[in-house]
Amino acid sequence: MKKKRYFSRGVLFLICAFFAVLFLLPTVLTITNSFMAESEIVSNYGMIFSTTTGGYVSKTVNLKFIPDKVTLAQYVSGLIKSPDYLLKFWNSLLLVVPIVLLQVSVASVAAYSFTRWRGKIRSGIFFFYVILMLMPYQVTLVPNYLVSQWLGILNTRWSIILPGMFAPFSVFLLTKFMRRIPYSLIESAKVDGAGEWQIFTRICLPQCRSALYSIAILVFIDYWNMVEQPLILLRDADAQPLSVFLSSINSGEIGLAFAMATVYMIPSLLLFLHGEEYLVEGIANSGSVKG
Amino acid sequence: MKKRMHLSERLKDLGLSLCFLSPSLLGVGVFFILPFGVVVYYSLIDGIGSRNFAGLQNFIKLWNNSAFRLAAGNTLRFSAMAVPAAVILALVLALMLEARIPLKSQFRTFFLSPMMVPVASVVLIWQVLFNQNGTVNVLLGTFGLRAVDWLQSDAAPVVVLLLFLWKNLGYNMILFMAGLANIPKELLEVADVEGAGEAYKFFAIKLRYLSPTVLFVTILSLINSFKVFREVYLLAGAYPYETLYTLQHFMNNTFESLDYQKLSAAAVIMAVVMVFLIAALFKIEDWFGKDVEG
Repeated sequence: MKKKRYFSRGVLFLICAFFAVLFLLPTVLTITNSFMAESEIVSNYGMIFSTTTGGYVSKTVNLKFIPDKVTLAQYVSGLIKSPDYLLKFWNSLLLVVPIVLLQVSVASVAAYSFTRWRGKIRSGIFFFYVILMLMPYQVTLVPNYLVSQWLGILNTRWSIILPGMFAPFSVFLLTKFMRRIPYSLIESAKVDGAGEWQIFTRICLPQCRSALYSIAILVFIDYWNMVEQPLILLRDADAQPLSVFLSSINSGEIGLAFAMATVYMIPSLLLFLHGEEYLVEGIANSGSVKG
Repeated sequence: MKKRMHLSERLKDLGLSLCFLSPSLLGVGVFFILPFGVVVYYSLIDGIGSRNFAGLQNFIKLWNNSAFRLAAGNTLRFSAMAVPAAVILALVLALMLEARIPLKSQFRTFFLSPMMVPVASVVLIWQVLFNQNGTVNVLLGTFGLRAVDWLQSDAAPVVVLLLFLWKNLGYNMILFMAGLANIPKELLEVADVEGAGEAYKFFAIKLRYLSPTVLFVTILSLINSFKVFREVYLLAGAYPYETLYTLQHFMNNTFESLDYQKLSAAAVIMAVVMVFLIAALFKIEDWFGKDVEG
């Protein structure tokens, strides 16, 4: 009996390990290939991304994890020689950081309202938020475009920041967290004569510090990789984030694309590694759409 | 017994709650509800210039548009394939990580890692893997199998499916792990004592308690299956192989010509379909999980 259990655990472990390798492969590949020299990249992948630099090109793709010679050449040419990538990286920050901060602020106030007061109208509104959250981007795209046009913010950062600021995702998640705060805590503060704003800032917010953090990470990662919104709402190439710009360098300089993708991964990777526990908690708490 | 509040008190509560809600409500109104109303209006008139009521004409036109039908069909087919796969595989992963195996938390991290990878490098790697001369074909070749031009054949949706699963399984798995952790342990212990088999425990207990999670993961996967366009667009361009032409391609390409009637009608149809699908899923979940939630 015991032997059998160890055996099945071993099998499970192997299956998990197999999946883990598959899941990690693209990440590892991006990072290691970013340290390859352009000539090595061309000889490995030249077949697909028809580059005309000459030299040896392997007939089929040569998937390689470890560079023959580790070089920082791609980083140097991407970050130091031309300011383009750094500029686009800065653009990304200019879009995503305001969205995260504003969305979480707006959401925390709204979530407080949904937590503190219930009623037919308000639960109706909450349900509406859930539906809105679940709408695919294709549905909100046209409305987004129209509003941006009316407000005259089309082709400016605000056309992405403002709708992002009011996205209902954080409201939903934060409400679920806040509803777990023991009601007695709020009640006793009220008895002590605290106003609603005080209850909100002194009791509610400190109680959901980890929730706020995990939501911020989720929102950050989501918007950090956005492509559709800038493609349609931000036609000005100079203002586009690196996530969009990265996609346009695919064919010519793959080595550079790997290096810049690695650079682009750093913020989300740091957030992820630093706040993984919070992140997992955040995801776990979004687990059901009801109340 | 809750004491009945005075009307004035209730009004004060309503006022206060709306105060806190107002920034969000205002933004949602301006950026989502109002413009969506306009979209509905646009879908019912014959042109921005003349503004005559056109009834359902735009919808009929759209329905007869071959590009729309292709896109809608492909999108539905893809979702019908991707959503169940994402739900079932994520559940399997979560169940596997429930067992006491070494490196459990590391595995969780690894499965979540695709969230971090920029779309562009995902696309690069998928090209390296699935190009005519790519790694997958090289592997197939060593087994003496014929090479397939993955992105230019009917197998293309499978490539996109793999990408979709790779990207979303980790997140879904976390949701299921949380759901599994919430199942009352006593119930499973009782089942063990009574000598219930693993299959019985799974279907009669775990799945029941997981039904809200299953609902949520299903809806989430449905939405994410629409989002996969991002990668398809970058992999195969604005006019990809026929089986890859999705609704988002249709919307993006229609955007180029700014045909508001067509766009609005398409957006309205999608919204209606989504509301129906979500309502249906809610109903199914209600029926399935009714004795647990009580």
